[in-house]
Amino acid sequence: MTMSDYKWGMAVDIDACTGCQACVIACAAENNLPINLERDFTERRAIAWIRIERYWEGEYPNVHAYFLPVLCQHCGNAPCEPVCPVYATYHNPAGLNVQVYNRCVGTRYCANNCPYHARFFNYRRPTWPETFHNYLNPDVTVRERGIMEKCTFCIQRINAAVRIAKRTGTDAPDHFMTACEQACPTDALTFGNLNDPNSRVSQLFADESRAYTLQEAIGTEPNIRYLKGVATAKAGSDEMAAAAH
Amino acid sequence: MQDRPVLTASQINDELLWPVFELRRRHVLAFLPPFILVMAGAVAVTILIWQGLWITGLQRPAFWGFFIVNFVFWIGVSHAGTMISSILRLTQAEWKRPITRAAEVMTVFALVTSLIHPVIHAGRPWRIIYWLLPYDFTRGIWPDVRSPLVWDPVAITTYLTGSILFVFTALIPDFAIIRDQSTGMRRTIYGALAMGWRGTPRQWQLQGIFGILMSALILPVFVSVHSIVSWDFAASVVPAWHVTVYAPYFVIGAVHSGVSMVLTLMAFMRWIFKLENFIWEDHFDAVGRLLIFIATAWLFFFFLDFAFSFYTREEQEIAVMERRLLEWPFNAITIIMVMTSYVIPIPLWLNRKVRRNIALMFWTSILVNIGMWLERFFLIIPAIERKQELTFLWANYVPSLTESVIVLASFGMVAMLLIIFAKLVPLVPAWEQKEGQVFRSEVQIGEVTVPAIVRESEEPRAW
Repeated sequence: MTMSDYKWGMAVDIDACTGCQACVIACAAENNLPINLERDFTERRAIAWIRIERYWEGEYPNVHAYFLPVLCQHCGNAPCEPVCPVYATYHNPAGLNVQVYNRCVGTRYCANNCPYHARFFNYRRPTWPETFHNYLNPDVTVRERGIMEKCTFCIQRINAAVRIAKRTGTDAPDHFMTACEQACPTDALTFGNLNDPNSRVSQLFADESRAYTLQEAIGTEPNIRYLKGVATAKAGSDEMAAAAH
Repeated sequence: MQDRPVLTASQINDELLWPVFELRRRHVLAFLPPFILVMAGAVAVTILIWQGLWITGLQRPAFWGFFIVNFVFWIGVSHAGTMISSILRLTQAEWKRPITRAAEVMTVFALVTSLIHPVIHAGRPWRIIYWLLPYDFTRGIWPDVRSPLVWDPVAITTYLTGSILFVFTALIPDFAIIRDQSTGMRRTIYGALAMGWRGTPRQWQLQGIFGILMSALILPVFVSVHSIVSWDFAASVVPAWHVTVYAPYFVIGAVHSGVSMVLTLMAFMRWIFKLENFIWEDHFDAVGRLLIFIATAWLFFFFLDFAFSFYTREEQEIAVMERRLLEWPFNAITIIMVMTSYVIPIPLWLNRKVRRNIALMFWTSILVNIGMWLERFFLIIPAIERKQELTFLWANYVPSLTESVIVLASFGMVAMLLIIFAKLVPLVPAWEQKEGQVFRSEVQIGEVTVPAIVRESEEPRAW
């Protein structure tokens, strides 16, 4: 199988998400994210490729919190791609929205144009304490200051899996996981090959009653779909209700 | 105007060229404040590049801030040159003669200053060349022409090239005058710059043709440059940036701030370089009248921007408009902006006495540019701070000291470059002045008095 036989996607089950943030930690560990200090949060420059947005619903005492894990949506029609003057972000044949760190000059236009706030700029040169140096993932580039970064769908794991599949002659490697998916205790995140109709993610995508995309009106055609039951969505925003109808 | 003293050609030379040959205390005094600002700016830029962008107030989601605002502002100011010299030349407005060069040179310097901003604003300025030039030949990777950030350098370098040509060709006869009046090293340098100008009829003819030709050719650029700069915003999907009205809105705003900046410059020229014999109250009067029209057109677009948002009734856009009008600090900015760029100056300018009062014109023109700077802030920042519906990440942009110093330094830079320029060549074109004098002078033929030279379609006009 060639690369273009794959179309990677993810289903995010909001009904299952408990907002535990394990995915956030797993992502940071897997992808060599810089350590976010208090300063980074107060300056609003913290880098977290996946984040849990927490929204409150209802009036006290009938308050309901729901959690929205947001990561790069790997849009099929990505607003970030055409605005980059140096092709640092482009669409690869497997449907991934890829960031090429070496090309990036840091105009930050892509980040402005991302409706999901999924892109992060390295305002500072990332540093780790001496003792952390051996913990860094050797498969992932450490990003310099002055460039953009964002969720890659753990492309290092994808490439390794595709290589193994090629070597062993098996079909779509549906048996590997992204770091966030692996860490999720409630199975809220499901990653896989959308071109394989039998993959779990394809089946979840086909769930007409629950699947919707974030900010569908912009027409970005994301490769991530959110799953949310109608009953709870009714109390949420119009958009959610419309998408989950 | 007809009762103005008619200066002889040598008087014009003397009065215009003395700053080139003499250094006076007021020149140094005028030079020092902008020079100090530029030095402060140089330190700030060095720290910025050395430390990285964390010393700015930029964060997420406001990835663009003061630098982009200031970039747009200076691109706007650069529109004055074309407005004054090309449009007024094509419409044969005789009064523009003494202010053409200053306006054109300000165009060039404003463009150069504005070009610094995208460079220092980039995360890795040392790699900026890969943005502007095709780079990876071996792998066939070229700059992405779909990106408005590629259109920008194309438009701006075209405009810069055109403006430099415009300024330079208009300078050639004056270079020749300085060459003829000087000796030694200066003679050699100005001789080279004058490129063998002897003032033959053929040379004058070519120079005239080139002036008209450039005026016409640069007009499309005049419209396109700021349109393209506005597309940096209009081509995005950010609500309230993503509007078609931005292009004409930016262009008319650019002309408003640019022409006002010319007024400021004219006042300075009178005070620093003693050009009272060339820049008269009449010129302030004429520019003031022009500005009343431009400012009103700008106000129309200001309302149009709101009208379009409310007409579409898109929630997100209306939210941005609401933020612009009602939320602190943008409500204050909106009020100051409308007051300074329209409500205060325009009624004043309607009064002929005010238009002929140089101090008042100076201060009102400063007011307009405060307003127009805030306008860029008002157009760019509120939308990006409240982007889309993911309310979780809304944040307010607070500029840092470094950014503010660089913004101030950009004003110093344009002023400093202008003062240096004025010490090298006359700010009022001597040859245009003489030409204007010839056109105005009258000869007695028999019993009637007629203009000495009549250009096609030109009636002697009392402006």
